[in-house]
Amino acid sequence: MAEVTKKATRESYGEALTALAEQYPELVVLDADLAAATKTGIFKKAYPERFFDCGIAEENMMGVAAGLAASGMIPFASSFAMFAAGRAYEIVRNSIGYPHLNVKIGATHAGISVGEDGATHQCNEDIALMRTIPGMTVIVPCDDVEAKAAVEAAIRYNGPVYLRFGRLAVPVLNDPETYQFTWGKGVTLREGNDVTIAATGLMVCEAVEAAKTLAGEGISVRVLNIHTIKPLDEELICQAARETGKIVTVEEHSIIGGLGSAVAECVAEHCPVPVKKIGIRDEFGHSGPAVALLKEFGLCAENIVRTVRSIM
Amino acid sequence: MDEMIRKKLQAIACRVRMGVLTGTFHAKSGHPGGSLSIAELVTYLYFARMHVDPKQPDMPDRDRLVLSKGHCAPALYAALAERGFFPPSELEHLRQIGAMLQGHPCIQTPGVDMSSGSLGQGISAACGMALAGKLNHAPYHVYAILGDGEVEEGQVWEAAMFAAHYQLDNLTAIVDINGLQIDGRITEVCSPEPIDEKFRAFGWHVICVDDAHDFDKLDAAFKEAETITGKPVAILQRSIKGKGVSFMEDQVSWHGSAPNAEQYAQAMDELNAALAALEV
Repeated sequence: MAEVTKKATRESYGEALTALAEQYPELVVLDADLAAATKTGIFKKAYPERFFDCGIAEENMMGVAAGLAASGMIPFASSFAMFAAGRAYEIVRNSIGYPHLNVKIGATHAGISVGEDGATHQCNEDIALMRTIPGMTVIVPCDDVEAKAAVEAAIRYNGPVYLRFGRLAVPVLNDPETYQFTWGKGVTLREGNDVTIAATGLMVCEAVEAAKTLAGEGISVRVLNIHTIKPLDEELICQAARETGKIVTVEEHSIIGGLGSAVAECVAEHCPVPVKKIGIRDEFGHSGPAVALLKEFGLCAENIVRTVRSIM
Repeated sequence: MDEMIRKKLQAIACRVRMGVLTGTFHAKSGHPGGSLSIAELVTYLYFARMHVDPKQPDMPDRDRLVLSKGHCAPALYAALAERGFFPPSELEHLRQIGAMLQGHPCIQTPGVDMSSGSLGQGISAACGMALAGKLNHAPYHVYAILGDGEVEEGQVWEAAMFAAHYQLDNLTAIVDINGLQIDGRITEVCSPEPIDEKFRAFGWHVICVDDAHDFDKLDAAFKEAETITGKPVAILQRSIKGKGVSFMEDQVSWHGSAPNAEQYAQAMDELNAALAALEV
């Protein structure tokens, strides 16, 4: 088997900002003393005059981003998901969401795969929080190629966007030559008729692996990459519901309020079918190596395979 | 300050107070106390200082004002109406369904530069606007109005740190020190004093105005502020909550309650008398 290239989407984020800076002169980047970790440090090195460290003060950073956007700039405000979506939630809601300002939130270190830092830094609630803010777009790229495309798409879109990136290096699934990011549209990675797996972020790769295993057992699995959780591609979800009859969702996030909830809300309203949610089950994480944690919490191809089998 | 100009500003401040009362009376809710304490301030800013054009509310080089103590929106709205951003009749629909004038400032309203009202947030947005001005070499100045209770919010001090670090001398924060917040006197609730020393310690130039209802003193403070370079300026103005309406002055109960018909009539009588005295 050929060696698969791996890269963390936070790295892609920092590289994309830097690569796009010339083309978009209004682009500026804010961070809250985590530039080395969020990888906005790459941008800082190339464009120091367009980078502003706000110190360990995420609430003010979001407000500053709002003021910059209200004055015609395109600010990317960066921190760990825990602080960007969690600590600064109310500022994001009232100073960015309510006035619908053109702020992009680049949240890295999302989910359980933060690893050793443990529960205080493992944000499994950010999609839920951000999804409830009216007018907020929520994007969770699955790999390097998608992450870079999402950053540019966010710049070209006028309005608030929450971009969720990971710490852990993940396989590069998409081909940079052919990949196209379409706003609000999911991607069908495998056709199948027996069941649909809808996955997001670093679970997309695991879903594809699971589908391959299941195909060997005669189960025809459709795999959807839902990179944009809001606005949700309801058409694609409903089509999958109608054609495959059941859906398994997979996300590195709480099963309360994330992709699974969004998909369940959609099918419950438009085309009811059974939905099985794989994610963090209303509990906090703990310290450990990222890959071991992902396995422990069932966020791996093996558990997706077991789950699909159990509902067939 | 020229006598004629002072009298003109005093008359406008009086009409701003009437607008505050008209708005909150019709809405049957709102925050008259802290609105009345900034009547001279918003009048001075919109009629003697800020570069704005009611015909082009989004003019790129306009000066900006963020009412960080957003609950005092009635004063901002009354000043904007006086300045011609929208008809004064809008004040009668304040806080009502379908109204242009929301309970707290909304960026969609002509002349309102930032949605605000969740305390502590406006000053951060003002920092962002000032930073954008620096980046774009734009000539505009940014003003943020905060309450003395509001500075209890931690975000205010995050913003204070940021503004000084980035040397935002195109930013002026005005703290309206009327001494009262919802639960009582600020010194008794959870005292944020000494506010002047705090701003100084954060690297700001601080100017204290001992009577926020004296236009000459406001004018002197803002003229001093414009000479300061390399650091943001905080103007701390001592005011009287409920100023201009005898039974509302320095009464915490008027923080967030509207006058009834009888109280409204009495307040308007007092303000009409004050206005008449100015026009003699």
